[in-house]
Amino acid sequence: MILTINGKQVPVEKPVSLDALVAAKGLCPEKIVVEHNLCIIAREDWPKITVKDRDMIEIISFVGGG
Amino acid sequence: MEDLLNLGGRQVKSRLLLGTGKFSSYPVMQKALEAAASDIVTVALRRVDMSTQTDNILEYIPKPCILMANTSGARTADEAVRIARLAKAGGQGNWIKIEVVRDNKYLLPDNLETLKAVEILVKEGFIVLPYMSPDLSMAKRMEEAGAAAVMPLGAPIGSNRGLKTRELVEILIREIRVPVIVDAGLGSPSDACECMEMGCAAVLVNTAIAIACDPVGMAQAFGEAVIAGRRAYLAGLASAANEASASSPLTGFLRDEAR
Repeated sequence: MILTINGKQVPVEKPVSLDALVAAKGLCPEKIVVEHNLCIIAREDWPKITVKDRDMIEIISFVGGG
Repeated sequence: MEDLLNLGGRQVKSRLLLGTGKFSSYPVMQKALEAAASDIVTVALRRVDMSTQTDNILEYIPKPCILMANTSGARTADEAVRIARLAKAGGQGNWIKIEVVRDNKYLLPDNLETLKAVEILVKEGFIVLPYMSPDLSMAKRMEEAGAAAVMPLGAPIGSNRGLKTRELVEILIREIRVPVIVDAGLGSPSDACECMEMGCAAVLVNTAIAIACDPVGMAQAFGEAVIAGRRAYLAGLASAANEASASSPLTGFLRDEAR
């Protein structure tokens, strides 16, 4: 299946939960915010969400800005 | 009595808000934040770059600072609202600088979309500080909508051109009750001092410090200029005149009478 993660098409072998996806990407959960199909998902709810084909995931973090 | 800035239900000492963009490194930024002694610091939100491991900026921002995310990148009110909600979910509080820009050349704010975002986000409990063009009607509407401050630009973002909007900002200072904070375009400590002398509640500076040869030294200079300008405002500037008024006695012994 194909996910759109941060605007890029990413092939994923099988359905995974959001927390597994974040872990697979080597991201630190405390530093990021995850949006799933335009819904912000609280960190504690990541295990409850299983991503499906064509889902849109945004993974956001704070950076420098004025 | 200590002169504190009342903003968003908080009282802070520093009237210099600092942006964190464009610094050569996070450690340099951290030293600049410390040198400026700022209490309120802006950050932005961006997609995580999966290809590189990057440091977490939050670890370089002194802990007592109030973090204010901006909505840069938003072209509509809806996009600004989306970014604000993401920022809140990031667990760094509910202060948000609304920045809605549709013009890539001058980065001038869209006041109408900004107002719409203010209305929505105030209702959701955010402390909202809109970056805006210095228009009195819009500033009043922002205030009525519950904005914690209004933040008119001095000149286009990152231009370092100084307070080009002075006359319009002066009107806001006279007519708007919430703090007026000049945000964007200030290029030198004297620009910041000028804003404070005329009665701005605070200024927000980023580029002029971040890209200076010595950002830490420049941060300190801005901090001192803001303090000096505020003191001058509180002391009340002496009035200007077209003709001279001697500050030393002109008569006494050379001749009987001053000519």
